[in-house]
Amino acid sequence: MRASLVRGLTTAAIVGALTLPAIAATQLTGAGSSFDYPFFSKAFYIYSQKNPDVTVNYQSIGSGGGIQQFTAKNVDFGATDVPMNAQELARAGQPVLQIPVALGGAAVAYNLPGVSQTIRLTRETIVDIYLGKVLKWNDPAIAKVNHGVNLPDMPIVVVHRSDGSGTSYIFTDFLSHVSGEWKSKVGTGKSVSWPAPSAVGAKGNEGVAGQIRSTPGAIGYVELAYVIENHMPAATLQNRAGKWVACTPENVAAAAASKPEVSATNFSIVDAPGANSYPVSGYSWVVVYKKPADAGRAKALYDVLSWLVGPSGQSNAKSVDYVPLPVNVQNAASATIRQMQR
Amino acid sequence: MSTDTGFRRVARFVSPADRGFAAVVYGGSILFALLIVALFVELVIGAWPSIVAFGPSFIWKSSWDPITSKFGALPMIYGTVVTSFIGIALAAFVGIMAAVFLSDFAPRWLATPLSFLIELLAAVPSVVYGLWGLFVLSPFVRTTIGPALQHVLGWTPLFSGPIYGVGLLTAGIILALMIVPTVTAISRDVIAAIPRDLREASMALGATKWETATRVVLPAARVGIFGACILALGRALGETIAVTMVIGNRPQISASLFAPSYTLASVIANEFTEATTSIYISALIELGLILFVVSIVVNALARVMIWSVRGSR
Repeated sequence: MRASLVRGLTTAAIVGALTLPAIAATQLTGAGSSFDYPFFSKAFYIYSQKNPDVTVNYQSIGSGGGIQQFTAKNVDFGATDVPMNAQELARAGQPVLQIPVALGGAAVAYNLPGVSQTIRLTRETIVDIYLGKVLKWNDPAIAKVNHGVNLPDMPIVVVHRSDGSGTSYIFTDFLSHVSGEWKSKVGTGKSVSWPAPSAVGAKGNEGVAGQIRSTPGAIGYVELAYVIENHMPAATLQNRAGKWVACTPENVAAAAASKPEVSATNFSIVDAPGANSYPVSGYSWVVVYKKPADAGRAKALYDVLSWLVGPSGQSNAKSVDYVPLPVNVQNAASATIRQMQR
Repeated sequence: MSTDTGFRRVARFVSPADRGFAAVVYGGSILFALLIVALFVELVIGAWPSIVAFGPSFIWKSSWDPITSKFGALPMIYGTVVTSFIGIALAAFVGIMAAVFLSDFAPRWLATPLSFLIELLAAVPSVVYGLWGLFVLSPFVRTTIGPALQHVLGWTPLFSGPIYGVGLLTAGIILALMIVPTVTAISRDVIAAIPRDLREASMALGATKWETATRVVLPAARVGIFGACILALGRALGETIAVTMVIGNRPQISASLFAPSYTLASVIANEFTEATTSIYISALIELGLILFVVSIVVNALARVMIWSVRGSR
């Protein structure tokens, strides 16, 4: 009885070991940005449906961890919300290709009881709110662009991400572009020292959103997809062209399209020119070695990434409320991928 | 004579099983000691660049700015100690009362399911506590508990200033909920182990149940109860995710318990995954080292207190 059970299990294990490689001929691994995770899991699932011999295992461990794992060559590709800088590239030791794969925007969400209209905010006012200079909702700076809105005499509670995040990077990049004072006092980064006296840090998009919902008078930046899926009220912002724009996928794409020559050293698209450009937008990146160590997997990796930045891969972004890359950026990304040795 | 040596030989004979068992027992305890030492060494190595760069001022500086690489741990040390203290103060009071009730007052049909329920609190994942804290407790603190406390005690700096909902007090309450099962379960067992004779003698002298519990049972059990509190405090000091969600994550020192604050474990949880520069990572590891040292110091202090309590008996 027991012997036959053991024999059965052994047979099963051998059969399993023999058939497994046949099912998944190539398993690619990636690690990094949690921003990319919903988009990647959808896209790679679809890809495996079409190409059963390739599966992609993506670990959403954060951009910093992704770069570390990539540098240590533990994964085939890394994903990061901010491209690797010169120092990180030097540590990688080999030529690295950095490819824009996804677009995102940060919506400015708020909680104003009794106000049903959508609030308008100028770029300068957002800076002043986050610097702690505008402290109340009925401040003249807010009131003068919101005619007919009954703004309450309520203190503004500034909410920000407490965990290091690409969304914070895009948002602080925007503030730095608009204000020299912000740039010199605070700066641009995934984690910064927030100067507003009422600043409250919350973990993750869900934390910021929860904090805003439960605090009357709160304002905070939340990733676009999260705001759309949860139907949160988000402010209409004035862009560099002076036009009022809502945080929508189209307006984020417009900001990206205004700068087709995007590269890993010149990647900022915040405060972009153009009538429809949403000012708080940014890219997320995939990093691969120009000459991957394993030539057999290099071909599969090349195919997956080419598909991902192409029209069929990018169409998956839209279905999870991410912003597809504009066509000119898709072409630029494909050109970068073609430099891979395969 | 011959029987004497024979007896000795028997006494000296140690069976291989005993020897093996002793090796396993020694090995186990040495392994844990080594693990602690290795952890400490590893933390020091990881934190070394930060220790060299900032020196001892890391402990009393209060800026935390990853952009300019200026790091100081004082607000986090403060937040960690204060939230844990609030947590243990609330949990000890409620937990010990519950333990007395369960062991000495509650009828058996009530005591068994009730202790089961209290112990079940320990099985709730901390992220669930965190979400509950964010969506239920913190609005409740902002609209109800906070204003009530401010109304009565607003003249003290402890309860002054704007109430955000998140902050030291909310984090302390969440911690109290999380550690109450530890306090209650151990205290109940300690109290139950107090000999019946003591209770009967007290009753025979005419003491009421209340007097017996507070003047005889609790003093007799105090060392064990203190141990329960230390164990609970250890958990409070290191609790990460639930606290992160309700503390407000602002590196500042404020007398008000309503103010947002930060804890050592929260900073690490928040920033470690996205920290890229090496001095930044090293500063975060130094926070871990400080948390390690704070835990040891708190435990050592508690140990000293236990000894003094024992000595006075």
